[in-house]
Amino acid sequence: MQHSIRTSGNKPREVKGWAGVLLCSTSGPMAHSVRRDAPELPDFSLLKRLARDQLIYLLEQLPGRKDLFIEADLMSPLDRIANVTTLKQHDVDKLYKVEYKPIVSTSDQLCFLIRPRIKTVKWICDVVNADKAFGRFRKYKIIFSPQKFYACENLLEEQGIFGDVTTDEWSFYLLPLDDDIISLELPEFFRDNFLEGDQRWVRTAGSALHLLHSVYGPFSKLYGIGRCSKMAYESWREQVEEGEQRARQAEIGNVFLIDRDVDLVTPLCSQVVYEGLVDDIFRIKCGCVEFGPDVTSSDKSIKVMLNSQDKVFNEIRNEHFSQVFGFLSQKARNLQTAYDKRSGMDIKQMKTFVSEELKGLKQEHRLLSLHIGASESMMKRKTKQDFQELLKTEHSLLEGFEIRECISYIEEHINRQVSMVESMRLLCLLSLTENGLLPKDYRSLKAQFLQSYGIDHLLTFSNLKQLGLLVEQQPGETLTVMESRVGKLVNDKTAGKLTDAFSSLAKKSNFRALGRRLNLVPKSDEEYDLRVPRDMAYIFSGAYIPLSCKLIEQVLERDGWTGLEEVTRMLNGHEFAVTAGSNGSDARVKTDSQRIILVMFLGGCTFSEISALRFLGREKGLKFIVVTTAITNSARLLESMLDNHA
Amino acid sequence: MIRGKPDEDEYWNSSKFKAFTFDDEDDDFTRLKESKRAVNSIRSLVEEEDEEDDVEKVSWSGEPVGSISWSVKETASSIRSTGEVRDQSFPKINTAPSLPKNSSGYSLSSLFKGKAKTGSFQSFSESFGETSIRNYAPELRKPKSEYKDYVSDWTPEETVKRMQQGKVYSLEKFRSLQDKLLLLDEAVNAHDGNVITAVLIYLKKSLSKENLFRELITREIALRHYIHFLKEIEEQKLLVELFKSLDRTEDMALMQYRDHLNIRDENKRRDFLKSCLSLPFSPDDATHVQDHYTLLERQIIIEANDKQVESSGQADIFKKYPRKASILNMPIITTLYYSCFYHYGESDGTYSSPANIRKTFRISDKQFLLTCLGARAKLKAWFDVDALFTTKNWLGYTKKRSPIGFHRIVDILQKNNAPVQVLQEYVNLVEDAEQKISLAQKYKCHDVIINTYRDLKDRQQLIVYRGKVERGSSEYRKIEEILSNSQIRWKN
Repeated sequence: MQHSIRTSGNKPREVKGWAGVLLCSTSGPMAHSVRRDAPELPDFSLLKRLARDQLIYLLEQLPGRKDLFIEADLMSPLDRIANVTTLKQHDVDKLYKVEYKPIVSTSDQLCFLIRPRIKTVKWICDVVNADKAFGRFRKYKIIFSPQKFYACENLLEEQGIFGDVTTDEWSFYLLPLDDDIISLELPEFFRDNFLEGDQRWVRTAGSALHLLHSVYGPFSKLYGIGRCSKMAYESWREQVEEGEQRARQAEIGNVFLIDRDVDLVTPLCSQVVYEGLVDDIFRIKCGCVEFGPDVTSSDKSIKVMLNSQDKVFNEIRNEHFSQVFGFLSQKARNLQTAYDKRSGMDIKQMKTFVSEELKGLKQEHRLLSLHIGASESMMKRKTKQDFQELLKTEHSLLEGFEIRECISYIEEHINRQVSMVESMRLLCLLSLTENGLLPKDYRSLKAQFLQSYGIDHLLTFSNLKQLGLLVEQQPGETLTVMESRVGKLVNDKTAGKLTDAFSSLAKKSNFRALGRRLNLVPKSDEEYDLRVPRDMAYIFSGAYIPLSCKLIEQVLERDGWTGLEEVTRMLNGHEFAVTAGSNGSDARVKTDSQRIILVMFLGGCTFSEISALRFLGREKGLKFIVVTTAITNSARLLESMLDNHA
Repeated sequence: MIRGKPDEDEYWNSSKFKAFTFDDEDDDFTRLKESKRAVNSIRSLVEEEDEEDDVEKVSWSGEPVGSISWSVKETASSIRSTGEVRDQSFPKINTAPSLPKNSSGYSLSSLFKGKAKTGSFQSFSESFGETSIRNYAPELRKPKSEYKDYVSDWTPEETVKRMQQGKVYSLEKFRSLQDKLLLLDEAVNAHDGNVITAVLIYLKKSLSKENLFRELITREIALRHYIHFLKEIEEQKLLVELFKSLDRTEDMALMQYRDHLNIRDENKRRDFLKSCLSLPFSPDDATHVQDHYTLLERQIIIEANDKQVESSGQADIFKKYPRKASILNMPIITTLYYSCFYHYGESDGTYSSPANIRKTFRISDKQFLLTCLGARAKLKAWFDVDALFTTKNWLGYTKKRSPIGFHRIVDILQKNNAPVQVLQEYVNLVEDAEQKISLAQKYKCHDVIINTYRDLKDRQQLIVYRGKVERGSSEYRKIEEILSNSQIRWKN
């Protein structure tokens, strides 16, 4: 039985709709056999302990009872490492969320746990100055996480409260979300760095890497691509030099740094691997998802942690969605059998059953019904929005096939005022894959978009253009190679003096050429059996191998960038591969740590990419650890570009 | 082995503050090892080493950090650490020019690390087991008098480095333009946005804006930091001036236009948008902003009128379908939908008529049809829907035409709960037979299916379909009738 929902224009291909998925009852063992020689992952729970202890220490720097104000997006990360009891034990009286409103606290001591953002500091200034005007005396402390910025302190100074307020830093750089995922939980990294050109997080990234190096290193090899990666590497290297070295058995040997803007196509594709799909639809927040009544088939919502501890989830998270139903139903049958065992039992056996097995079975039952509910709900939603057709358009764009049809599909999507972010996503995919839109298409699609979703999206278009996500084709495409050479020259030689004109020249995505060179889009006339994936393309139904992951694969295979010169040129260079100096690497024996690769995504990565890397790891006997500034997906990425709100 | 040096022990004993002590020689718990390793890593994140490798430094507790003994120790360590050759060093890969390195010894460590003996932080025990080691960077601001002798010795590179490490620094000595720019370039070379912005804040305070702007023109990275900083602190006016001096007029126009989002009152917002019309937008954007102004102007008129009509209860449509929200600030297409819903059939002359909106905002035929269709279908005005597609040719025959495929029309109608009788009329207009049948099956348009099979002379399919419909129903009878029709020359 073929399991394929891959659709393509070249020739009619068997299309199993989402409804058809229900019928697939075949399910082999889903977990791919893990190679015996795959090394163990380091234990990252230590990072949590470190963060918690430092927080406690900082809280104790303000002795006595105090109220704690927490920045909204720090709450979930905080939840992962400490609980209210921990805070209460350290004299935290009441907890508040930062809401940019006047406060009601009666405490004499206020502690603010915030990100270093101007807006939040401004609000604190207002709070303190209001107290002053009221003749009220309190102690204030701001704890910036993961670090403070001079701009924030400057604001305190300007507002005349520097000194009234003490500040500290909580170096909570890394939050382990799972055995192999660590997040910096800095979604603003993407916009700040790639859109605004603000390098405020570069050192943060370097410090995070340095923390990992100190605890799980020493690293012996680092590869990377992208301007920010290069800078983060430099920052890390400097911090290593400033610190001291310890002889230690390394747990992580290799590191790969990659800028999100090296590959913007991948995060804009619809996710069809279970975990990615759950993220696209329900939005996983800090490793936790809230399933609504439609999933739980009750009247309440429940929050569920999604990680390798959830045995059911762990087996389906990396699977193509079309495979998931079959697996779940098989699992349900097995469960039934296990329960049925009871019928022939005597009292004693029953006792053993209840004490030993029942709890596990109940747990499994709960998880199973949750994931079945989630799958059903996702399928309903996807059927409603004609997901099949949407995927077909995406695949055509990736393949460069029937672009006119794609454009009219997108146009109609816009005309019908269907989801604004989806329309924008398709426009960006079109632009990225086609190296920009023809001027007349650009003008017309932009006009229609503004008519459908509001003229203030003029600001969004300006952002998308600045970032190179949605651009007009420039006349004279033959100049491409020359331009990128000039662009590279300019980038390298005068790092700080890039002119606008040149930086926009450097933003060509070259997707088609890259696709051909790296074989990213497999031939569409072959069936792709999603049950037995043959490459990383399975995460996109066999239609596309994510560029980011392909680069990682290639560089690891070649142990550097040799042979990829053309590719790196099309990606605007900034690639590097370095090895620990002198007596470090050459005499090194091949240890397990050499097969553990830390991949750091600067600007976010998607669950689909993580699934692809897990697949690659299984194939090659490697283990990947993904460190990302945040988990992203198309909606998050594009929402960060919006500017149409006050 | 971790052991404090004798003089340090002395220091602690004489300290008036309760100190942490070292007490873990024979520790061999793996947990501790882990903790230690981790803590070590944090330490190196935030501070400079000042003692021999494994010696844990104790916490600062009141003794002036800038005192001689401190400085001397610092000096020794920084010399040692720069002179040492490490076997694990990584190559520098950035070729940005850097200023000559010079290891100044007068660094003031503003950091400390502490090591807690069991008991001194009892509350931590749950998390860290026997022994806790930690080190943190408290806020240290020493009176200037204590270090001013050294301040002038810091080169731009050292200053930037100190800023990166969160140590005491001073920017006041960078007074000449050349010094200021050296400092800025050094910050840019260090790739630390936080420091770049800090230097820019200093330059903003100590240089006239003309001078600063002029220098930023050739410094793209610094410029982008400056723009972002001004955006964050909302210094709109200065930003406008900056864009003007950079000749980035379109950016300037967009930024000013953005301000309309902060205006709540619709009349003020409209007036503001009017004032935006003269801004130097690109030609395309100028048209859009003009549209924005026109749109809001009309929305205000329509809103005032409809609100009045609705509350007076004059019009049935508002009684039957009360407005759920105001039309103010809605997109053009939503406004068109609204107009097709509440103001259908009004003459071109009124602002609220669909025709007027269509013309004013140059709405395409396709777009107009889609929106109109949605609105009329929602009202179940099937006659209006029908009229949308009906064209007469010169002989007076009517024909149904559509700028978009009829399968789409069917989809929209179905989403608006059109009855089967209406749906099948449009399913019938779908050209592709296969698509027609699949749509008909999806929406249970039996007649369409039966007729199509009949026209295709596909007896087999018809027989199959007979099995799917209810026995004795009108569909069933119709199939029977056709199958028994001897006039048809079946292809199978």
